[in-house]
Amino acid sequence: MQNKNELVREQVLRMSGVNPRKCMRCGKCSATCPSYDEMEYHPHQFVYMVENGDIETLMNSPSVYKCLSCFACVDRCPRDVEPAKLIEALRLCVIREKDKNHMTADDIPSLIDEDMPQQALVSAMRKYSK
Amino acid sequence: MKVSYFPGCTLKTKAKELDIYARRSAEALGIEMCEIENWQCCGGVFVSAKDEIASKLSSVRALIAARDSGTPLVTVCSACHNVIKQTNAAMRTDEDFAKKVNLYMSQDKNPSEPYHGETAVYHYLELLRDTVGFDKIKEAVRNPLTGKKIAAYYGCMLLRPNKVMRFDDPENPTLMENFIRALGAEPVIYPQRNECCGGYVVLDDAELAKKKSLSVSEGAKDHGAEMIVTACPLCKYNLVKSGSEIPVIYFTELLAEALGVKEDKNAEQK
Ligand code: SF4
Ligand code: SF4
Ligand code: SF4
Ligand code: SF4
Repeated sequence: MQNKNELVREQVLRMSGVNPRKCMRCGKCSATCPSYDEMEYHPHQFVYMVENGDIETLMNSPSVYKCLSCFACVDRCPRDVEPAKLIEALRLCVIREKDKNHMTADDIPSLIDEDMPQQALVSAMRKYSK
Repeated sequence: MKVSYFPGCTLKTKAKELDIYARRSAEALGIEMCEIENWQCCGGVFVSAKDEIASKLSSVRALIAARDSGTPLVTVCSACHNVIKQTNAAMRTDEDFAKKVNLYMSQDKNPSEPYHGETAVYHYLELLRDTVGFDKIKEAVRNPLTGKKIAAYYGCMLLRPNKVMRFDDPENPTLMENFIRALGAEPVIYPQRNECCGGYVVLDDAELAKKKSLSVSEGAKDHGAEMIVTACPLCKYNLVKSGSEIPVIYFTELLAEALGVKEDKNAEQK
């Protein structure tokens, strides 16, 4: 029987279509990431930790919620590794577990004001809950 | 020219100006925007995971409606544009994904032919550049915005991922600057014009969004801009709420003003 790390690792690779072995560890993705300061693990670390099967550590880190899906790391990676897709797949693997939504509709009223565009709500729901 | 128009939910509610001025300006420029019937919210962000199917069906329905009417699909909101263009690319290039989506679609009441990404998708700004042309816009301007220093804010969704969006050079875009020039104003180039405002993270970590957004508006102001233009309701919200010292307006409002159709009180949408 495979352990959880291996199972989720395979799933993350399948969902994201990312091949972490293309990474040359240049760190450009992390250098350009607008969320760098808020992250415990940075985009290049996501890439090599997934490669090494260090999955549960990433799944338990709040870093999975700090990605803004700005795709800067995707466009600026010289090896076309697409780190954002890995982070997205990991986040989905977390929130798809039972009772693991990071945000629910009940949280919304206290988070918004008059001017908040609908786009923010639907985006947050899509990113933080299943 | 006739196009299918996907306005999106935010343009029907909090960002009505983005929509109204887009329609009025299109009319003045000879573009007929036909709103897609019964369109559904695109969801605001594209989920890159290949196994996310159901959340992408609304975009596919809009793409099919455009194909069946023989017109390109046009969006005005950066976010809708990003979601729909990425979904279209996935339908074209990911056979497994397209197969699953088409299977879902075959359960619709009056199913169309299977879809494989045939529809051309344009952002309104691309339409201005490629179909109308900035020279023609320049000729159509009635109130040139002479002397105004305006910073274009692209954010992320118009430009990235460039492999799919192909909107402009993602690191040195010129489309919105040329747009600003066509209206008679002076574009301001500043380093944060293609960096992220924080987007939806404003709901989860408002401080982070504030920090990112402030760096954008301060960058624009420090480079001499009097105002910022954007195509994204969330960019606008984040920039304004974080305390931008200069006004943030939609590019369509600027266009309508220059074309002299902004104060058209009799227009149907008002
Ligand atoms: S930019 Fe690309 S190659 Fe460089 S560390 Fe990041 S993922 Fe690896
Ligand atoms: S997509 Fe996410 S990880 Fe990549 S640069 Fe943007 S915020 Fe950072
Ligand atoms: S991006 Fe926004 S406005 Fe556009 S349909 Fe989607 S959620 Fe609604
Ligand atoms: S800049 Fe901000 S709101 Fe605009 S596209 Fe990026 S994340 Fe979205």
